[in-house]
Amino acid sequence: MARSDVQLMLEAKAGNDASFEHLLQRYRTPLVNFLYRMVRDSATAEDLAQEVFLRVYRARHGYEASAKFTTWLFRIATNLALNRIRDTRHQQMEVSLDATTNEDDAAPMELPARELRVDQFLIEQDRTALIRRAVESLPEKQRIAVLLHKYEEMDYCEIAQVLECSDAALKSLLFRAYETLRVQLAPLVGLAVSPAPAVPAEAGKRRLS
Amino acid sequence: MKYEMNCERIAESLIPYLDGRASAAEQRELEAHAAVCAACKTRIEEFRSLSVVLEELPRMQPSVAFDARVRQSIAAEPRASWLGWLMPAPRFAFALACLLALFAWTSRIEPNVSDGASSSAQSEQDFRIIKDLDVLENYDVVKNFDALSELPAAQQSQAGPDQNQSKDQDGHI
Repeated sequence: MARSDVQLMLEAKAGNDASFEHLLQRYRTPLVNFLYRMVRDSATAEDLAQEVFLRVYRARHGYEASAKFTTWLFRIATNLALNRIRDTRHQQMEVSLDATTNEDDAAPMELPARELRVDQFLIEQDRTALIRRAVESLPEKQRIAVLLHKYEEMDYCEIAQVLECSDAALKSLLFRAYETLRVQLAPLVGLAVSPAPAVPAEAGKRRLS
Repeated sequence: MKYEMNCERIAESLIPYLDGRASAAEQRELEAHAAVCAACKTRIEEFRSLSVVLEELPRMQPSVAFDARVRQSIAAEPRASWLGWLMPAPRFAFALACLLALFAWTSRIEPNVSDGASSSAQSEQDFRIIKDLDVLENYDVVKNFDALSELPAAQQSQAGPDQNQSKDQDGHI
């Protein structure tokens, strides 16, 4: 019988590094995927996941089995990811402010039109890229809510704790996020109504169905 | 209090409904509303379809080096040793240091007090020795004391009764 996260963490607290190794094996893939979808870079995602595990390891002596382990784990991951996103955004702003650009030479900003996305999709046949872009373009809080709800199957209560909001606020947040995705992915959603595309073996877990 | 389901209120219960976590009452209300509202019925179907679409997003696997890097960073962490149990928390250590300093300071004062007490005891002991000196009780010694013979006669006669008085008082000064 598989030991629970709490049990493994308490064993790690008692000095059993093998139990911590079990936790690493259990959560390495979900954590790296969550962080990858947050920061959009696999190397950065792995760096942050490493930092998450290190922080959990360092904090093992003070661990209390009062909260769910996954809530704690993804809360650390969320904070690290948001900090990294803000740092990166700040650096990009500095670069763009430092760069002396001639406004006449600058290319006009192109707003992505919905038809253009459909065209891209039809030409590239890249459904995955379209889905990834839609998820990644969600506001941070909505994105975290969708990733934890859809792909990590966390309870409303757990996600609400990670995002520090009420259950009701979370349900509203999730609704707005899925509503945005429904609009963004309208061509795919329309196509998917009949016949449903084959789901890859490594695809995310089933929610909302 | 009973709320009537409408297109706005569906936002509160649609996600739990699709997750199968809505209450029986919520489920009934939502289905009743969808039966009469074509827009909400379509929305529910598209949300279901969206869920299937989102599952197409593949999960990436961490690189082979990832586990090794995590293990390496954990191995580099300082191990807890028996010495760690002796090392108190910083605040506790500070409080302990303050207590020790206070103890050391008061210890420096206390010897002075005890010195005073011992010196008074010493002088009392000295007084007792002087008081009981045999020489003052021995009349022959006093009488034949060379220093007294050098005194003028008047002083000698004055000194004589004094010595006698001393003797009368049993040698007590």
